[in-house]
Amino acid sequence: MAQQSDKEQMLAALNMKSTEELFGDIPKGVRSEITEIQNGLCEPATRSRISSLLARNRPAGKMSSFLGGGSYDFYIPSAVKSVTGRSEFLTSYTPYQPETSQGLLQVLFEYQSMMCELTGMDVVNNSLYDYSTGLGEAALMASRLKPGKVFLIPETISWPRFSVLQNYCKGPGISLVKYRYDRKTGLTDIADFKSKLSGDVFGALVETPNCLGVLESQVDEIRQALGDRILVAGVNALSLAAVRPPGDYGADIMISEGQMFGNPTNFGGPMLGIMGCKKTHVRKMPGRVIGLTDDIEGRRAYCMTLQTREQHIRREKATSNICSNEALTTVATASYLALRGGSGLRETAFYTMKKSRELAKAISAVKGCKAPVFSGSYFNEFVASFPVPAETLIEKMSEKGVLPGVEMALDGMEKNLLVAVTDRITDADIKKYAQVLKEVVQ
Amino acid sequence: MSYRQARHDVPLVYEEYSDDINTNIKFNEYLPKDIIRQAPPNIPRLCERDMVKHFTQLSQMNFGVDSGFYPLGSCTMKYNPKINEEMASLPDACMLHPHQPDSQIQGTLQIMYELQNMLAHITGMHSMSLQPAAGAHGEFTGMLVARAFHEDNGQKRDQVVLPDTSHGTNPASAAMAGYDIVTIPSKEGRVDLDALAAAVSERTAAFMLTNPNTLGIFESDVTEIAKIVHGVGGLLYYDGANMNAIMGKTSPGKMGFDIVHLNLHKTFSTPHGGGGPGAGPVGVVEKLADFLPIPIAAKKGEQYHLDYDRPKSIGKVHGFHGNWGVLLRAYTYILSEGGNGLTEATEMAVLNSNYLRQKVEKYLEIPYPGLRKHEFVASGSALKKNGVKTLDVAKRLIDHGFHPPTVYFPHLVEESIMIEPTETESKATLDAFAAALEKVVGESPEVLHNAPTCASVRRLNETDAAKNLILSYRDYLAFKAR
Repeated sequence: MAQQSDKEQMLAALNMKSTEELFGDIPKGVRSEITEIQNGLCEPATRSRISSLLARNRPAGKMSSFLGGGSYDFYIPSAVKSVTGRSEFLTSYTPYQPETSQGLLQVLFEYQSMMCELTGMDVVNNSLYDYSTGLGEAALMASRLKPGKVFLIPETISWPRFSVLQNYCKGPGISLVKYRYDRKTGLTDIADFKSKLSGDVFGALVETPNCLGVLESQVDEIRQALGDRILVAGVNALSLAAVRPPGDYGADIMISEGQMFGNPTNFGGPMLGIMGCKKTHVRKMPGRVIGLTDDIEGRRAYCMTLQTREQHIRREKATSNICSNEALTTVATASYLALRGGSGLRETAFYTMKKSRELAKAISAVKGCKAPVFSGSYFNEFVASFPVPAETLIEKMSEKGVLPGVEMALDGMEKNLLVAVTDRITDADIKKYAQVLKEVVQ
Repeated sequence: MSYRQARHDVPLVYEEYSDDINTNIKFNEYLPKDIIRQAPPNIPRLCERDMVKHFTQLSQMNFGVDSGFYPLGSCTMKYNPKINEEMASLPDACMLHPHQPDSQIQGTLQIMYELQNMLAHITGMHSMSLQPAAGAHGEFTGMLVARAFHEDNGQKRDQVVLPDTSHGTNPASAAMAGYDIVTIPSKEGRVDLDALAAAVSERTAAFMLTNPNTLGIFESDVTEIAKIVHGVGGLLYYDGANMNAIMGKTSPGKMGFDIVHLNLHKTFSTPHGGGGPGAGPVGVVEKLADFLPIPIAAKKGEQYHLDYDRPKSIGKVHGFHGNWGVLLRAYTYILSEGGNGLTEATEMAVLNSNYLRQKVEKYLEIPYPGLRKHEFVASGSALKKNGVKTLDVAKRLIDHGFHPPTVYFPHLVEESIMIEPTETESKATLDAFAAALEKVVGESPEVLHNAPTCASVRRLNETDAAKNLILSYRDYLAFKAR
């Protein structure tokens, strides 16, 4: 903010006596003031007020937390925080002027490169808001690629994802039809899936793992059944260190959530919507894309490309309205991936798979409890059933410092929880889970 | 000229590093053979020291607000106070999980509740949703709310009207919500009331407007505009991208708007993060409140909760509760500034803009007379006779250590240069920028065509980028092998 003398000099240059004259073009009838917000606090007072408000929280990160359901508390290396804290990244905006933004552009290009390798997709864009909005955009993109008005989705889809998807589908009038899951395995009911492939279906979503944590083993059959319709694969990004990536089974569009790669759970935001597609589809894709080129001296350089798809050029004909995205979370993710490497991701995947199986075993050892409920294979998250309502369990167990899982919205699953394991879970956490569970159900 | 950006040759991570750690991990124990990934993903593994060096060197080739003046019009690149970052990184803030029960997140819910009320007060709205993750996301949400409202009244309205000066996100968001777009031409830089009256009808769901508009001009006919739109049963939508121009002076509610989105990363000082994350809260008048996304932070007695019991709500627009990390930074900013500080921020933003404008208009044409609000648009069209374009001016400003303004928007002004200084810059900075810009427009065409020479690279072959489409390291290898 300017010094008082600056202010006076600037007003004088404008032949004005007070800043009030700058607002003379606002009619008196519409003038208003801010009356209900107290005067500004000094920095120590601001800090003290906010810290004391936040102290009323009981953050999951300080408990033994087995919460997942789309947001996962994986360990964030300090070096990743130091990268995202670089103010040159933090305080810049969309790299409209590439010559002065090469650093960010190269990071975003490296993000795209590493994410293409992880997912097996030809192209990955530079972020959507989160998995759910990515799913909405994927449905819109698929409907641009193939004629038809129906998009198939799994019955197991979580309610928030479904609700967001519904909102994205309202505009073009896309109908969402759910296909069933097998009650025993948790996998797609293939017969039901095939029976729903009417002529009006332009594409389908397959989630693997789905919202029951079950990894879909029938992706090739689903791909084949779809024919030339669009296959949208919704995946757990870390699981791709262990399981076949969507590029491998011919997904047209891939969506995922990248929060787990170097970003805090942050009460659910910021997240990182990852989207990839086949190269043939790239001109229909939403979101920013960074391309490699050179400058007039032949130095390698990077810039935003395919901008003619975007709203600032195409307006209502754009592939999406997205402008601000989640760039800084892709910076976190790029540095996280570079620190882990392919082998490190496999180590993390292996650890969480191992510990989740140990946890399932420990839960099943408690009388009246069963985990996993479904026989299909899983990655780091599974459904468990208990002899008491999920709500009670959460309340009682969190009193003792354990967050036992996420409630299920599906019918008949009031005594089930979706339980997740990350690399922050230790043997002591698992022991504590079993111990507290035993106390609560007895 | 003293500016020079770092110019490191930083190879791609793939060119300098590899992943040679053989972990020998097998997943056979846990997964059926046919779903196991065979080869590990090809991602190099850097030790911490190398990783930090790589990204630090890259960061030095990036210009942020902390690096210098960033007068990018329509983006409100104000300084981002450091305390915001510190508050948002407290474990009590960032280690919350979105599925925790309300009883464990009372502090966060109270902050969200208070922020809803503060933003509602600043905008003159009845209720706010903090869920949208960006400005355009807020616009889309607002359009869905408008749609739900009209449908609830048994009306099928299929058009959204907007002026030709509107941000590109406006038509794109309305189209995503299923509306046909009707664009009306401006008259002397403002909404043409006759054109508006002719465009609206019983088909009009909403008229979208930013006020001040993208020329930085206050639409002083706003009351008449509201009358015209409301007269046909349409809603008036406020694009809050330019909210920094009016805080404490007027409010969208007072002007007759029904729906508002804010960009917390603009007006409320949260960092732009290289393109995001932002936050785009949406506020509405009372008759639209029931349609806002769920949940909303609510208070009962002394307890706060997430209220899902809103049967007319459009549902969700984000998987969780929006960008909490950004909301907390904005809340910190509002506490630090206070109502008085926000008003003063607007006063200084508008003073800086008008001061800079009277300097710039001595050597560049600034179409349309009268006051400006937080930004103004100059035209580089007079330079065309020397074969110089606005783009050349923008690139040359980089050599003087400034981030270029927004260029070629709004389209209404030929060769436009859109300058938004914000309130956080000193007179000395504005003077230095004005002097640099004056020098640049007087420089020879050769120098300007050659610019920039002080950035980490020279001008790019952007058409090649679109033609060759090298979008990953894998593409790059394939391109080289051609």
